[in-house]
Amino acid sequence: MNAAMLEYDFMRHAFAAAGIVAILSGLVGYFLVLRGQAFAGHALSHVGFAGATGAILIGASPLAGMLAVTTLGGVLMGALGEKLAQRDIAIGVILTLSLGLGLLFLHFFTAYATQATALLFGDVLGVSVNTIYQLLLLTTVCLTILAVISRPLLFASVSPELAEAKGVNLRRQSLIFLGLAGLTTAACAQIVGVLLVFALMIGPAAAAQRLTTRVIPGLALSAGLALAQAWTGIALSYLTDWPASFWIAALSGGTYLLTLALIRN
Amino acid sequence: MSAIDLAQVTIARGGREILRNISVNIRRGEFVGVLGPNGAGKTTLFRTILGLQPIQSGRLEVFGAAPRRGNPAIGYMPQTRIGQTGQNLRGFDILANAANGHHFGLPISSRVIRDDVAAALQAVDATELAARPIATLSGGQRQRLLLAAALLGSPKLLLLDEPLISLDPAAQASIIALIHRLAETRGLTVLFAAHDINPLLGVMDRVLYLSGGNAAIGAVDEVVTAAALSKLYGADIEVIRAAGRIFVVSDTADHHHECGHA
Ligand SMILES: Nc1ncnc2c1ncn2[C@@H]1O[C@H](COP(=O)(O)OP(=O)(O)OP(=O)(O)O)[C@@H](O)[C@H]1O
Ligand SMILES: [Mg+2]
Repeated sequence: MNAAMLEYDFMRHAFAAAGIVAILSGLVGYFLVLRGQAFAGHALSHVGFAGATGAILIGASPLAGMLAVTTLGGVLMGALGEKLAQRDIAIGVILTLSLGLGLLFLHFFTAYATQATALLFGDVLGVSVNTIYQLLLLTTVCLTILAVISRPLLFASVSPELAEAKGVNLRRQSLIFLGLAGLTTAACAQIVGVLLVFALMIGPAAAAQRLTTRVIPGLALSAGLALAQAWTGIALSYLTDWPASFWIAALSGGTYLLTLALIRN
Repeated sequence: MSAIDLAQVTIARGGREILRNISVNIRRGEFVGVLGPNGAGKTTLFRTILGLQPIQSGRLEVFGAAPRRGNPAIGYMPQTRIGQTGQNLRGFDILANAANGHHFGLPISSRVIRDDVAAALQAVDATELAARPIATLSGGQRQRLLLAAALLGSPKLLLLDEPLISLDPAAQASIIALIHRLAETRGLTVLFAAHDINPLLGVMDRVLYLSGGNAAIGAVDEVVTAAALSKLYGADIEVIRAAGRIFVVSDTADHHHECGHA
């Protein structure tokens, strides 16, 4: 592609930030999809929207506000039980309430309309160096935790009764994992925005799980697809001047639909 | 030497006593069929032996020690089946994860684990099935994978919670023969929960009947009689033996599922 795009700082920042977040999203998303909690992840991002706008209202950093509430939301969902995190209605209600609340917070600060767009649809070309460091730290913490819990998490996800009998604490797994999902959602929203976190967290993972029936290759493929889609999306955005979030969402959705069409089982 | 020893055990769930003051001793190497109507407490008894459910009073020993979660001597086949999530994963990876899933770390398995999984799969003749995603397996095929999962780590006791559910008579006979053969060759103690006594008649040493909080254990001829079951159920029960099969019949609709059906 066009190598000249890498001469701009904002492009290098965009690639760095999106790369970091894509790998995190692909790996955490794999477990979200496996556990049938994709919708819960989506709701967490909306909770994050209320958190970010609330933070703006009180003069705090939107990222901090989002991180705080998505993590809290995730842990709460986990604490309320495995079953609730899969219950569409309850999650839908939380999602709607959060979006409404976020809208109300924004209403008080009409001057922040551009910030609202950035929150909702992402602003990957506007990522600062500072944000990159924050995302890097966040990703390191999340991936370390995921590396430690991934084996019992998989066990608890696929065969809960057996895992419980073997001494795995299902409630604790669910709580830690949804907390992680909350953190990942907040990171993801920095790139594609709260409305499009599905693009990086769910799309690549869902496609990967259709492409391979094995765990480790599935995880690698999910992270790889997320990375490829994020970077290709940014490059296409540079070339076309269309929003990067659009391209990432289109690539993610397109890839998934392709796996649906090509592989039937 | 006993495998499981319950002395005057009472088990309560959600404030209700499910099993009251039951005393049951199961010897090592015994094959015991566990029968009783829905809600009698078969699953609850298994969960108690696994250390997942505390007892309210009495004494319970599993191989001479108090029950504890994660006891490697027990292989378990839960009644609620795996496969509601992770449908796209192949059986082998699910089993490899089940073999050491209670340890922290990445979901990768050592050579030793993979060999254990391969051996368990071979024992239930499911090596080929394990290469397929479980979404593409039939109920009976999944059952065999679950049995393989219960065999991981070479347990001494198998707690099998309704392995016959949703199987046709031929598949029932074949899985019972398989479990019986494994139990014989490995000297396993087996508790086998079921709703129909007939498929188990040739293989079980004794039968454990649960009903209304009570338990009765003994040879089929002692326990499955009109007098013994009427006492246990607290209702009039008739036992009809015909063509080598047993039919347990009661007037009340409650017990209809108890009846052996051809
Ligand atoms: N989580 C729970 N909280 C409270 N009570 C429960 C719980 N799970 C089961 N019970 C009750 O415990 C009793 C025994 O249930 P259990 O599942 O052990 O029966 P079962 O013999 O296995 O029945 P089935 O043949 O339907 O599998 C039932 O009355 C049930 O309502
Ligand atoms: Mg049961």
